[in-house]
Amino acid sequence: MTKYKTIKTARSAIALLGMAVFASSATSSAMADKMDDYKVGDIHSGYVYTAPSTRAMQDDDFENPAFLMVEKGEALWSKPGPNGKSCASCHENPEEDMKGVSATYPKYDPKTKKMMTIEQKINREIVEKTGGKKVKWEKGVMPALSVFIGLQSRGMPMNVKIDGEAAPFYEKGKKFYYTRRGQLNIACKHCHEDYAGKHIRADLLSQGMANGFPAYRLKWQKVGSLHRRFRGCNKNIRAEPYKQGAEEYVNLELYVKSRGNGLKMEIPAVRR
Amino acid sequence: MTKTALLALLIAGSVTLAGSASMAEMVKYKVENDGIKASLTGKAGDVKNGRKVAINRKKGNCLACHASKHIKDQLFHGEIGPELDGASERYSEAELRLRLVNAQMVNEDTMMPAFYKNTGLTRVRKKFIGKTILTAQEIEDVLAFLKTLK
Ligand code: HEC
Ligand code: HEC
Repeated sequence: MTKYKTIKTARSAIALLGMAVFASSATSSAMADKMDDYKVGDIHSGYVYTAPSTRAMQDDDFENPAFLMVEKGEALWSKPGPNGKSCASCHENPEEDMKGVSATYPKYDPKTKKMMTIEQKINREIVEKTGGKKVKWEKGVMPALSVFIGLQSRGMPMNVKIDGEAAPFYEKGKKFYYTRRGQLNIACKHCHEDYAGKHIRADLLSQGMANGFPAYRLKWQKVGSLHRRFRGCNKNIRAEPYKQGAEEYVNLELYVKSRGNGLKMEIPAVRR
Repeated sequence: MTKTALLALLIAGSVTLAGSASMAEMVKYKVENDGIKASLTGKAGDVKNGRKVAINRKKGNCLACHASKHIKDQLFHGEIGPELDGASERYSEAELRLRLVNAQMVNEDTMMPAFYKNTGLTRVRKKFIGKTILTAQEIEDVLAFLKTLK
């Protein structure tokens, strides 16, 4: 835990240095708009739309409840599986070895000839490399490992590949995004493209970006996957949700992430 | 009893079970001149119940997307659609009825749900399959309430 605090402090020290260099040219308005860090052109992270108190929780690793998962993930990293091997047996230095990894998932998997999320990759490693059993997405090992791995990409631009073998899956995800569904007959795009920045009752609609997930949600009182968030959005419009890891959601994840390519990774974000 | 009669009874039974607004009970309506002239139920709407239905998050939930100065007792009005106040001055009763029944017949791309529609939908949650969001009478009630919002 202290370690990550150090990383963060080091990073802001570098940022400060950078600013000092540019101090003569930097305007105070540029400094004032800390939000620029959470935007790339017209693309905005969900951070921009969250309440200041929620942002403050995310800003401070000691306040962010998801860091319990980071610690747990760090401990699990070197815990041997049934065959005696742990993640650390192959990736001794997770800070280096896992750097940037989460920013590129979901990725095309030649074995299944489908896209694969980081959770599915983690499960494959558990089974094939440590002789363990697949774990569920929302409690225990998975949130710990997915957040721990995700943290190693914090601050790096989200960068999912959508061409080549990924292209047909991207198209499927895109189609999902624009398809009305549920008794309310509303599509993702209605809330997150047409009306982002507007209130739907008490909720301020964001652009529905995925760069902070797995995230800690105050509503859940725990860390949850992006697919859990998708399920919530589907249920709100009275649509039958899919299960975590369903092909439909994996493709949707690819498309949604591609919309936010370039945004800085924020795992583990804090959201309402 | 013949086999066919028994089968018919079984089918009838399952239709009744399907819920208060199942397909069998859908009221037919006629769209002309950008509106639906006749009351869906032949009855006038009830303003008081219309207010309840409009506010109820499990029914109209109109405030999710619309605001009204006349509904001050409810916090958090949405900013998606235009204010409800004055809608009855901008539109005739027939036009408003069509917009409640199925706003997508007016604007294909609108986010506003069709409140009286139960087919042509994708992946509806099991407990809502075959059901409309509002009943025909609830549409009339909300409409009556809407007309009081000046
Ligand atoms: C009826 C409105 C509505 C629809 C339709 C909808 N969402 Fe959402 N979504 C919300 C609300 C409200 C939130 C919470 C506030 C926010 O971040 O926008 C949210 C949050 C999200 C988030 C989290 C963003 C963050 O930074 O915390 C993602 C990702 C998301 N939605 C994706 C989707 C996808 C994909 C679909 C379609 C399957 C979808 N949404 C459909 C209303 C909707
Ligand atoms: C999920 C969002 C949503 C909900 C819920 C919703 N509306 Fe709307 N409504 C809209 C939007 C958006 C428009 C703008 C017209 C368009 O998109 O074509 C609209 C337009 C209207 C109009 C036309 C007003 C004008 O001045 O143009 C009326 C009347 C109306 N809504 C009434 C209602 C009532 C009554 C309810 C509840 C029973 C309701 N709406 C629920 C989104 C919604």
